[in-house]
Amino acid sequence: MAVVEVKNLSVVYYTPKGLARALDNVSLKIERRGEILGLVGESGSGKSTLGYAIAGLLPENAEIVSGEILVNGVNVIDAGVDSRPRISVIFQDALTALNPVLTVGEQIAEIFMYVHGMERREAYEETRRVLREVGLPEGFTNRYPHELSGGQRQRAVIAMSLALRPALIIADEPTTALDVTVQAVILKLLHRVVKDNDLTMLYITHDLSLVAHMCDKVAVMYAGEIVEYSDVRSLFRDPKHPYTIALLKAIPRIDADVEELEPIEGSPPSLINPPKGCRFHPRCPYAMEKCRVAKPGAIQVGHGRWARCFLYEE
Amino acid sequence: MRSKPSSKSALVEALNLRKYYPVYGGLFKRIKGFVRAVDGVNLAIREGESLVLVGESGSGKTTLGMLLAKLIQPTSGRIIFKGVDVTEKIPRSLRRKIRVVFQDPYASLNPRIKILDQVIEPLLSEGVDRGEAEERGYKVLESVRLDSDLASKYPHELSGGQRQRAVIARALITEPDFLVLDEPTSMLDVSIQAQILNLLKKLKTEYSLTYLFITHNLAVARYIGDRIAVMYLGRIVEMAPKRVLFSNPLHPYTKALLSAYPPPDPEKGWEPEVPEDMATNPANPPKGCRFHPRCPLAFEDCRVRAPETLEVEREHYVECLLYR
Repeated sequence: MAVVEVKNLSVVYYTPKGLARALDNVSLKIERRGEILGLVGESGSGKSTLGYAIAGLLPENAEIVSGEILVNGVNVIDAGVDSRPRISVIFQDALTALNPVLTVGEQIAEIFMYVHGMERREAYEETRRVLREVGLPEGFTNRYPHELSGGQRQRAVIAMSLALRPALIIADEPTTALDVTVQAVILKLLHRVVKDNDLTMLYITHDLSLVAHMCDKVAVMYAGEIVEYSDVRSLFRDPKHPYTIALLKAIPRIDADVEELEPIEGSPPSLINPPKGCRFHPRCPYAMEKCRVAKPGAIQVGHGRWARCFLYEE
Repeated sequence: MRSKPSSKSALVEALNLRKYYPVYGGLFKRIKGFVRAVDGVNLAIREGESLVLVGESGSGKTTLGMLLAKLIQPTSGRIIFKGVDVTEKIPRSLRRKIRVVFQDPYASLNPRIKILDQVIEPLLSEGVDRGEAEERGYKVLESVRLDSDLASKYPHELSGGQRQRAVIARALITEPDFLVLDEPTSMLDVSIQAQILNLLKKLKTEYSLTYLFITHNLAVARYIGDRIAVMYLGRIVEMAPKRVLFSNPLHPYTKALLSAYPPPDPEKGWEPEVPEDMATNPANPPKGCRFHPRCPLAFEDCRVRAPETLEVEREHYVECLLYR
């Protein structure tokens, strides 16, 4: 059984300007435990909406209009609190995730006591253990969130995720607010913690460079759809969807002198009134007549890979 | 950082520039100390070059940009622009030759004024008549590739990339020589970021501009820069031509910063070697070398002696005792 299976999920937002189709018929799987799936896209691509839909955290003006979300086989859309598999979310801003009036130790121990039903003493022992695992030694148990640096707060949040023993971790741009040197340390830690504990993670980011080193699999999103799904190595070696190809040519590189970037002309479409046919066709250098009228399905483009693009139609 | 004194080609020079901000505290809100945002910077920006200032938050890169743009007064030191000492006062004729572009294009534009009117506002305030100003406005909108039918729109009707083009157009309308660009693309999506970076490259030649480009993103620095200066806690700790800095970084902080960036390629390794995440406080910088508490190579001397600037190879400056 797949850890996560999203089937034909469509989500809309009710906005003052009209109905925004944030997710359109999205299907996605995380096959096995221990896997890290990267969800990459620009703003408005629907990557956070997909994460929040899985976590059950969609805002009030959003509605799931169709589809299923199975986590460990349980449909989380209508499952009650008791039968829902545990899902932990790591947000960009660690401070909002931490209770300012409880010490780091208290809020982690709560998880061991109330979720796992441990005695107080055992809970604090476990708390110290998970804090050590994320590189926060003894002294941090009694500190308040405001006494920590940004990186230390994100460590505390990762410790909370560990304490929960979740079926799935959803990390939404967890290091975007941090300086690059701190980001490097936190991401290495997150990667190690997930792999060591055989956890499963959906890693949401706009940064392809981070996907390259954090993830096993990757789903590229554009305008509310997953346009390409692949293992990470194949995606970077041989991207298939014209959007992925273009994106890789548009990013400045730390590892090479690039004479001229090739930007993607135009802007991402409005989700209220998205283009007919393939949503990328107005910006696509390979667009054909067909792309303007018909929506491409998921076409297999390699072992365990697919792309939504008519170029690969037999 | 030492620079060749008043070399002919320098458009902008900073001489031992400092900016301290008072920190208030206690019962009567007395001055408790100072944040040394910029603490002794020497820099010469050459005509026609694109000098990139990189650093993390709190390094002072934005403050240095605002000083050189003449938006704030330095605590001490001198600023020379086109050979004129503009530290105390800048004549109007030179003022219009320095322009700034900030990170957030939405905050930079007045939401209630149409795009063209904002772009030509600097000309109108100089007394240029409206007809001529509009003509020049349309021309500059064309230079930044903004459709002329967007001229009569309001900022909220534009996309983020279009707004940043409008801000750049407004900066160009006074025909400046020097642009301070403070993270101009960091709020934009990558596909749009590439458009704006390419536009800035093109405009630099077209308008014979000199850039001070401030960014935290070293990949962007590598693309847009001719020379790169690395800032740490108010000082420039290393400066070199781009190719030199990326192939032969010397300062331990620069090395750490470079190793922190993953290449967009899963087949290349990513082994960040970065120092402990420490709350670094510009109000109370460490004695000796400011980086020593986090430096993996620090030795006894680093705790007590502030390193001076060394030119270790041609045009490659570094502030580190390892290279004495």
